[in-house]
Amino acid sequence: MLNIGPHKFQSRLLLGTGKYPNMEIQKKAVETSATEVLTFAVRRMNIFHANQPNFLEKLDLKKYKLLPNTAGAKTAAEAVRIARLARASGLCDMIKVEVIGCDKTLLPDPIETLKASEILLEEGFIVLPYTSDDVVLARKLEELGCHAVMPCASPIGSGQGIINPLNLQFIIEHASVPIIVDAGVGGPADAALAMELGADGVLLNTAVSSAKNPVKMAKAMKQAVEAGRLGYEAGRISKKQYAMASSPGEGMSQSE
Amino acid sequence: MNLVVNGNDVNIPDSVQTVLALLNHFQLENKIVIVEINHSIINKSLYEETNISDGDHIEIVHFVGGG
Repeated sequence: MLNIGPHKFQSRLLLGTGKYPNMEIQKKAVETSATEVLTFAVRRMNIFHANQPNFLEKLDLKKYKLLPNTAGAKTAAEAVRIARLARASGLCDMIKVEVIGCDKTLLPDPIETLKASEILLEEGFIVLPYTSDDVVLARKLEELGCHAVMPCASPIGSGQGIINPLNLQFIIEHASVPIIVDAGVGGPADAALAMELGADGVLLNTAVSSAKNPVKMAKAMKQAVEAGRLGYEAGRISKKQYAMASSPGEGMSQSE
Repeated sequence: MNLVVNGNDVNIPDSVQTVLALLNHFQLENKIVIVEINHSIINKSLYEETNISDGDHIEIVHFVGGG
């Protein structure tokens, strides 16, 4: 069970909703993933084409919690504004604080992320900041009162997987709020590794939406997250330098 | 009446006087949207009683796919 603020989820896979080939495939992928949390961005409506289909309107909102992001924000003030707009929909109380500090790497601005998180916590939001894998920053976000901290595995959409497992492990071990590995996951092995390291959840988008077969990849990610979590709970063996035989050394039958 | 809606200069009939009427005008009444007038977010329950005025800067936003 994944607990974020007052919310409880069976699934530890959180899914983004961008860049799917079409809504039919997206709907199937979302269902197959068994996710309960979907992220969205807030953007201007095309007022001259009101009838454009919108994925949110195709969802049974009783089955999913919305996690809008503040993507597009480059300052705390912009992120706060987007968060307020999102909440005014009346559909959500969670917010993924995402303040980008570098256009090329899409890495977050740590100072603006911290500022935005502080303001939004004061305003009663359930705050989940997207952050780099900086260990101290993750701790400071937790100390502010963030309900979960979401360090990236590697840059958004890069599919590079977990490039600093050591930092992620430090963040996970020190934290008492859920740590959700967000961004950079490429394949199921990455998601499983994140969970094996002890992450409480994985948030991914491109790895599923841009896979050759998004529906199949959604299933793979679901199973990877479950397998990784089980492996973490089961307790992995430690690594040894030399071999350890699995079969007994004694009792060998001899032919004389 | 002249408004700036989502960055576009638009001219709407003077009969459109409230936020709700504006949403109807753009056929958005059944859409999940959030409205901001001159940097103030308008509570959904107040759409019918909130007036719009000539020169208002109005943002109408919604949720789109994103990660």
